[in-house]
Amino acid sequence: MSKTKSWQPKIIAFLCNWCSYAGADLAGISRLQYPPNVRVIRVPCSGRMNPLYIIRALQHGVDGVLVSGCHPGDCHYITGNYYARRKFAIINSLLQYVGIEKGRVHFSWVSASEGGKFAEVIKQVTEDVKKLGPAKKLVKKI
Amino acid sequence: MKDKKIQDIARKLLKEKRVDVVIGFEKGTLPLSATPCFIKNPDEADRLIWNSFCGNNLANYLPKSKDKIGIVAKGCDSRSIVVLIQENQIKREQLYIIGIPCEGMTDKNNVLHDYCLICEHKNPVIYDVLVGEKVKENKAQRHPESLRDTKWQKFEDFEKKSSSDKWKYLESELSKCIRCNACRNACPTCYCKECFIDQEKPRWVGTTNNLSDIIFFHLGRIFHQAGRCTDCGACVRACPMNIDLRQFTQKITKDGKTLFNYETGLDIDVKPPFTTFKEDDTQDFIK
Repeated sequence: MSKTKSWQPKIIAFLCNWCSYAGADLAGISRLQYPPNVRVIRVPCSGRMNPLYIIRALQHGVDGVLVSGCHPGDCHYITGNYYARRKFAIINSLLQYVGIEKGRVHFSWVSASEGGKFAEVIKQVTEDVKKLGPAKKLVKKI
Repeated sequence: MKDKKIQDIARKLLKEKRVDVVIGFEKGTLPLSATPCFIKNPDEADRLIWNSFCGNNLANYLPKSKDKIGIVAKGCDSRSIVVLIQENQIKREQLYIIGIPCEGMTDKNNVLHDYCLICEHKNPVIYDVLVGEKVKENKAQRHPESLRDTKWQKFEDFEKKSSSDKWKYLESELSKCIRCNACRNACPTCYCKECFIDQEKPRWVGTTNNLSDIIFFHLGRIFHQAGRCTDCGACVRACPMNIDLRQFTQKITKDGKTLFNYETGLDIDVKPPFTTFKEDDTQDFIK
């Protein structure tokens, strides 16, 4: 009982350099409170996200993954997130199809001015992952 | 009947030096089998045959070839060829495609493969010469109201299961995998010089038969097939452990159709789904 209470999820957030990472920065500067469960990895663009990163993260034992980039149309590289969106749509539905729970993998658009939204997204993601409990399915046991 | 025609065409092509090699099928070493063969000499053209065991996807031999090639292609082969041309693995001018309308391929018990049962492109989509009459396509079998009804039934049923059931099925199927990579090698669109599972830097996936690694390999391979798999069944036929790979690969095909309205290998000039985008692509899964 006490074990489940003390369990805290590990969440990896892949944030694009130009929007979401700056959004996270703004959330920090604005002293907005959000759960400390997320570990941020900065990627140059959401289009840089190889969808295998998501599976790889789950294999290494994280409980949840968030991928976040600029809003469509706002990409620093003009079209990066449009391509990314197609890849995400496919990998998201494939993962759900093979049995990864719906709340494990999240995607969001957060711009550099949306510090508040960033905090909200992290709250939401953490809540969802907490509900699901520890991820065990893909974890590599040696 | 078709044998004779294919042989004549191949002989003529080789004699006139229009191609360097003709890729087709010859009689297999076992009864009830056919095996791919490469004919370079016009006198050997008699070896070519055509029957219901010619299941292999011959497009597998094309990538990065410099020769001029005559190739025997049924519906699925021709679609794979289109994918390879789209991805600059081979030039259209290099190819002389001997198209053969296909009535479906059978296993040794003379039963149609299940991917042939739902095949919608029995006639080659691209060819220079057609051997035999075009056959009737499968479309009539489909439910009139929803185009996907009969074809995708198996996969839609699977989608409705709970995630733990789905995962259980995935594990039970893939735990049979011995990592022989036959599915990858048999696949005409798996032509990368260095596959992600062979990469050292970064090392994506362990080389052992640890179940987590096996699942990673298959998910990665399936994902890489998005918009490229023609459901030719090469991976399933090649699998020595009889893993039900199509249950998973077809999800990708289905998504390509439903999300991006893209069907693989029908038109050289249509861009594959990941090389293009629309501003109103689906994004209801994104916060």
